Amino acid sequence: MKGNEGTGFFTSTINDMIGWARKYSIFQYPFVTACCGMEYMATACSHYDVDRFGAGLPRFSPRQSDVLFVVGTISHKLAPVLKQIYDQMTDPKWVVAFGVCTCTGGFYDNYATVMGIDTLIPVDVYIPGCPPRPENVLDGLIKLQEKIQKQKQEY
Amino acid sequence: MLKLHEKLKERWPENVVELHDFRGDETAVIKPEALLRLANFIKRDSQFDMNVLMDLTAVDGLALKWNPRFEVVYHFFSTAKNHRLRLKVRVEEETPTVSSLTEIWPVANWFEREVWDMFGIRFEGHPDLKRILMYEEFSGHPLRKDYPYNKRQPLIGPKN
Repeated sequence: MKGNEGTGFFTSTINDMIGWARKYSIFQYPFVTACCGMEYMATACSHYDVDRFGAGLPRFSPRQSDVLFVVGTISHKLAPVLKQIYDQMTDPKWVVAFGVCTCTGGFYDNYATVMGIDTLIPVDVYIPGCPPRPENVLDGLIKLQEKIQKQKQEY
Repeated sequence: MLKLHEKLKERWPENVVELHDFRGDETAVIKPEALLRLANFIKRDSQFDMNVLMDLTAVDGLALKWNPRFEVVYHFFSTAKNHRLRLKVRVEEETPTVSSLTEIWPVANWFEREVWDMFGIRFEGHPDLKRILMYEEFSGHPLRKDYPYNKRQPLIGPKN
């Protein structure tokens, strides 16, 4: 083992282990502004049950949460609030754009709506749909878990 | 028997400009300077008894080449008599101003702020006439027909 400290088998396993722990303990902050919230609730409740994926405990303080779920249309009036919520979250943090309004602005092309939240904050997973079905949301959640598992873990 | 808007015309012939009656929606177009007096009248008169201001909004007639350009629309309802009446006031484009109804129906407060925000029509006598939906940094009035519908004025992030 001499000369191998800090490289190879041992560190990569720590990385995987932290990723495994993080992907199954997602504390989400639901930033719910519009009709997508109903699908978010449907997903969170017992029939679809996000707790199966370790994401069952939403925190209502951004300081305690890992994943920001932006659920629903973001207007220009609200944009500074969203940015502040994102800044208040502690690292490591991820962002999910839930619904087509948060992905691209959706069918809104007007003076009030932000054309996709990725113009304001970095986004990890996009879940399209107007609104997305719960299966679609779970698919996005699993993709986020894969991303968390694969990435380099900061600790 | 006279309909409600016709009764209003009979009582105030010099202040009622025009009458419509479409499928039972009775409307009287009145002179802007008489708005306060007529509003007070339909609130207190026992034949009218309009205790509810259901809605207050405006219409921009730019594309229809209206002159004067704006119309402020008031929808009244009487819970005791179960009847409705609409009043309309025509407002010109240069410094559009009408009297505020907040003293008579307090609910007019937010309605008038909305009309100010969206159409830029001022309400004289309003206690706190400021924007209600858009932010203070926003310039212009987005429901005016000459405001480009997708002209965005972001507070943060990229410009348009």
